[in-house]
Order: sequence, then structure tokens, then C-alpha cells
Amino acid sequence: MSDVAERVKSIVVEHLGVDADKVTDNASFIDDLGADSLDTVELVMAFEEEFGCEIPDDAAEKIATVKDAIDFIEANQ
Amino acid sequence: MFDLTGKAALVTGATGGIGGEIAKALHAAGATVGLSGTRAGVLEELAAELGGERVHVLPANLGDADGPDGLAKAAEEAMGAVDILVNNAGLTRDNLAMRMKDEEWDQVIAVNLTAAFRLSRACLRGMMKRRFGRIIGVTSIVGVTGNPGQANYAASKAGMIGMSKSLAQEVASRGITVNCVAPGFIETAMTDALTDDQKAKLMPAIPAGRMGKPEEIAAAALYLASDEAAYVTGQTLHVNGGMAMI
Repeated sequence: MSDVAERVKSIVVEHLGVDADKVTDNASFIDDLGADSLDTVELVMAFEEEFGCEIPDDAAEKIATVKDAIDFIEANQ
Repeated sequence: MFDLTGKAALVTGATGGIGGEIAKALHAAGATVGLSGTRAGVLEELAAELGGERVHVLPANLGDADGPDGLAKAAEEAMGAVDILVNNAGLTRDNLAMRMKDEEWDQVIAVNLTAAFRLSRACLRGMMKRRFGRIIGVTSIVGVTGNPGQANYAASKAGMIGMSKSLAQEVASRGITVNCVAPGFIETAMTDALTDDQKAKLMPAIPAGRMGKPEEIAAAALYLASDEAAYVTGQTLHVNGGMAMI
């Protein structure tokens, strides 16, 4: 697992209070991990802080799964 | 009671009678206050009156497109955070609807409502992270009752109430409350513009038999800013001497 993937997953575990083994690449924040819309906004804020990047609103709207987040961050770092 | 030590508060329209008193009340309760308004000289005077380290002067024109975001940033830089946001800045451009110019409508909505939204949006980010926030909108009795000659002002104040209720629902789970204070007729420059004849007609409509004082609005804002009001959100606290009981 890449460094980015590891850090993304640990943020998700911490923020949503879910078990690490549930945070798979294809897990959807809302459908699988119990996030509400405000949680997803907070996750994006946490990613921005962790990786020092800016995630514009239109990109943030497309980040639905753990893999979406990893891919975006790896492509924009 | 109502200890705000360690909290940072941004008050817009602090040059006005009500805004100035709110800033004083929050400061007296221990908060660091950021004073905003268009007239830097008046803000400096208020800052000098309050004195000490816990005061910052942050002039801004909220009618400018980048005014609200710029102010939020300046406030966070000066105070390290905005824990309490008081959207108090407001102006009137009264006219009968049939005579009201587009500019009169647009200006009032821009400063009273749009700027309040943009400032709230900008400050929410930090409040979410800190799991604490107080957003207080100074609305008006006329936002609920209406008032001839004030279609623009009443719309902006009613809009603020609806906006606050929506924001309150969005962020309640994060320790952030969003409420309004709705003054009735208060002794300020805004009501000084009323003629004696207008005031004489108004008095019988106020059961308390007098106009309110800016301090009486500040006391309501102080309560809503306090830890004690943590379970109060989406509400409008009417302070109007009984003029309208809603």
C-alpha cells in the first residue's frame, strides 16, 4: 500500500470512527462507512490539511470512495 | 456567568450603536474582539476605549465582492481563530416598493444578507475543526412583521433568519450554534432618522412604553455566545419591549 493510501485510510478511520478493515479501496464514504454529507466535507478538509493540497469543490464532489481520494491526491501532489 | 475567556469574537458593524455595545459586552466577558466596520477612525476610538491586548481593528467594506472573505482571513490572522461571529453590519435604503431603485434593493441585500452568508461560510471551516462556534445574526423585528418602505431591509432580515435556521441544522452536531437576535426599536443612529411624529406614533405599539437600548441587544447576543446557550440553535431571540410577540 502506498504512503498516500495509508495516510488517507488512517484519516478515514480516525474521522469516521470505523474499523480499519472496513476501509477498503472501494468503500464508499456514505454508503459503506456511514458518513453523512457533512462528514465528507470534513474528510476533504482533513485531506487538504494532511497533504497540503487544495481540493476544489468540483473535484471534492467526485470523491465518493477511498480510492477516489487516493487517486486525486496522488495525481495532484 | 457567561465567561468568554479565551474566545475570539468578530463583530461586524462595530461602528454602529448596537455593534459597538455587542463588542463591549463580549470583551467585558473576557473575549478577544475583532472590530469591523467601514469607518476605521470610529473603530480605533472604540478600540482605545476598550484598551489592552484583546482588541483588534479590522476595517472592511462588506459591500465589496471580496470584502467578507478578506475580513474572515484578516480576523483569523489577527486573533488566531473566529469562535464567535456576530453578523451585525447592516444598512437601510428605505423607499416605497413602487419607487425603489434596483441599487437600493441590491445594496441592502448585498451587505445585510450576502455578506453575512459569506462571512459565515468562511468562518465555519475553523469552527468545524475546533468543534465550537457561535454565529449570531442581528436581524430585526421587521424581518418578521414587515414594514412599509422597507421591502429590501425586511427581506434581508427575514433572509437572515431562514439562512440561520438552515446553517443551524447543518452544523449542530459539531458544537456550532447559529441564532439571531431581533431588535425592535432601539436608540441608535438608524432610529434617530425617524421624525418625532413617527416616534410618537410608534410608542403606543410598544407595551414597554419606551425604545430599547443597545445594551439590551448586547445582553441577548452575549447569552447566545455563551457556553450556557449551547443547546439553543436556529432560534431568533426577539428583544422589542413586547412590540411583537412571536
